[in-house]
Amino acid sequence: MVMLKVENLSKKFKDLEVLKDISLEVNQGEVVAIIGPSGSGKSTLLRCLNQFEQITSGKVNICGDDMIVGQGKNGAIYAPKQTLKKIRLNAGMVFQNFNLFPHLSVLKNITEAPIRVLKKPKEQAQQEARELLKKVGLESKENSYPCELSGGQQQRVSIARALAMNPKILFFDEPTSALDPELTGEILKIIQGLAKEGRTMVVVTHEMSFARDVADRVIFMDGGYIVEEGKPDDVINHPQKERTKAFLERFTSLRSMASESDDVQ
Amino acid sequence: MDWSQIGNWFVMFLSGCGVALEIFAVTLVCAIPLGVLLSFGRRSKYKVISWPVSLYISIMRGTPLLLQLLFVYFAPKYMFGLNYDRLLAALIAFVLNYAAYFAEIFRGGMDSMEKGQYEASAALGLSKPQTFFRIILPQVVKRVIPSTANEVITLVKDTSLAYALSVEELFSIASKQTNFSGTITPLIIAGVYYYFFNLLLSLLFRFIEKKLNYYK
Ligand SMILES: Nc1ncnc2c1ncn2[C@@H]1O[C@H](COP(=O)(O)OP(=O)(O)OP(=O)(O)O)[C@@H](O)[C@H]1O
Ligand SMILES: [Mg+2]
Repeated sequence: MVMLKVENLSKKFKDLEVLKDISLEVNQGEVVAIIGPSGSGKSTLLRCLNQFEQITSGKVNICGDDMIVGQGKNGAIYAPKQTLKKIRLNAGMVFQNFNLFPHLSVLKNITEAPIRVLKKPKEQAQQEARELLKKVGLESKENSYPCELSGGQQQRVSIARALAMNPKILFFDEPTSALDPELTGEILKIIQGLAKEGRTMVVVTHEMSFARDVADRVIFMDGGYIVEEGKPDDVINHPQKERTKAFLERFTSLRSMASESDDVQ
Repeated sequence: MDWSQIGNWFVMFLSGCGVALEIFAVTLVCAIPLGVLLSFGRRSKYKVISWPVSLYISIMRGTPLLLQLLFVYFAPKYMFGLNYDRLLAALIAFVLNYAAYFAEIFRGGMDSMEKGQYEASAALGLSKPQTFFRIILPQVVKRVIPSTANEVITLVKDTSLAYALSVEELFSIASKQTNFSGTITPLIIAGVYYYFFNLLLSLLFRFIEKKLNYYK
């Protein structure tokens, strides 16, 4: 079953075309990693799929619902509100900088939407939230506030918050980029666990080892295009396109430089 | 020094305190909601709304409150021969003026909210009103408490400007007594009243700030 289908998506900021002719499909249970240099449009793509940015043209279908129903002069024409809301509920989003609600406790961060949006009884929502906290290893933190948690813990809460809505497809925008290197592992492990459960996920990441080990498919973006996509081993270890090669080479050389300086310390 | 006279003044000034308190309370109760409304207008994406509201706020903040007090009372009088209650005129002027200040404070608070809070709310399916009342507003309130406290304390002192319209509030009574008695003691007594009221207010605000300090 196709959970996400994007056809010929284009996104312009004024005259700057940031996404060009993007087409991709994600099947149920698939984990897709999106890699690419800074400014290649990875975040913008996720933001378009989450209705944070106005799509200029193209088609998007999420879990069977068409987000775009036509083409206007100034951009794509969106489906009616009800459909957009349904798409919202089918898609979850985990942000680079967590975006937790600072004035709510960890538990309330997680239960707010299930109670207000899904109209779940409070006790049930709390029960489920506690289970999710256990899953991300934070069962003792339900009464803490986000400011009392480390970055890694905050990101784990934000993953639990997204999971509480039981989305059919989950988007991650560089979930470990705001974290200290030693904390990225715990987040990636949780995402790997979700992959094992068969969750459908699209993960923008700079972690090549994660893309290689966890993703079913890797998409390489550059300059607003999807340049190359395929099995992780093919794209990362045997890239076909020059731009992919150049990116990965630069990336690995940066990496080895970083690890060398680690060695010195 | 005549202690009984001082005691008399303290009692005599209570009625003035009452009037000052009335100006203070009415201004807060009306100007805060009006200010919130104005701040929405100021942030509106429709220029026909945001532009006049900006102009209004800028005029109210850019001209003296004293001038506005006199204008509100004398404009109807000289233009239409309309005589009306001086206290009412003072109240209107205070509300109109303070609403502009509260609007700016509230707008600043709203503007300071990170886009990510709106996006996280939207991604979770929260409606616009839910996002505003449950996610944005509580955080904005916390952020605007310090500048609101400043404004409220200024308001206590500004009530004395109603003196210009001969409203019988604390300051005008005190200054009359100063003229009668030829001593400055009445002014000092009025000062004591203002000071203690503001002391109470700042303690109250410090308490509220502490209460809201459970998160950063
Ligand atoms: N709101 C905006 N207005 C104008 N241009 C924008 C806006 N948001 C992004 N862009 C531009 O779109 C391009 C793609 O940005 P985007 O954030 O999607 O890149 P990215 O691949 O996520 O990069 P990074 O790895 O640094 O996160 C960039 O050139 C950026 O300057
Ligand atoms: Mg990005």
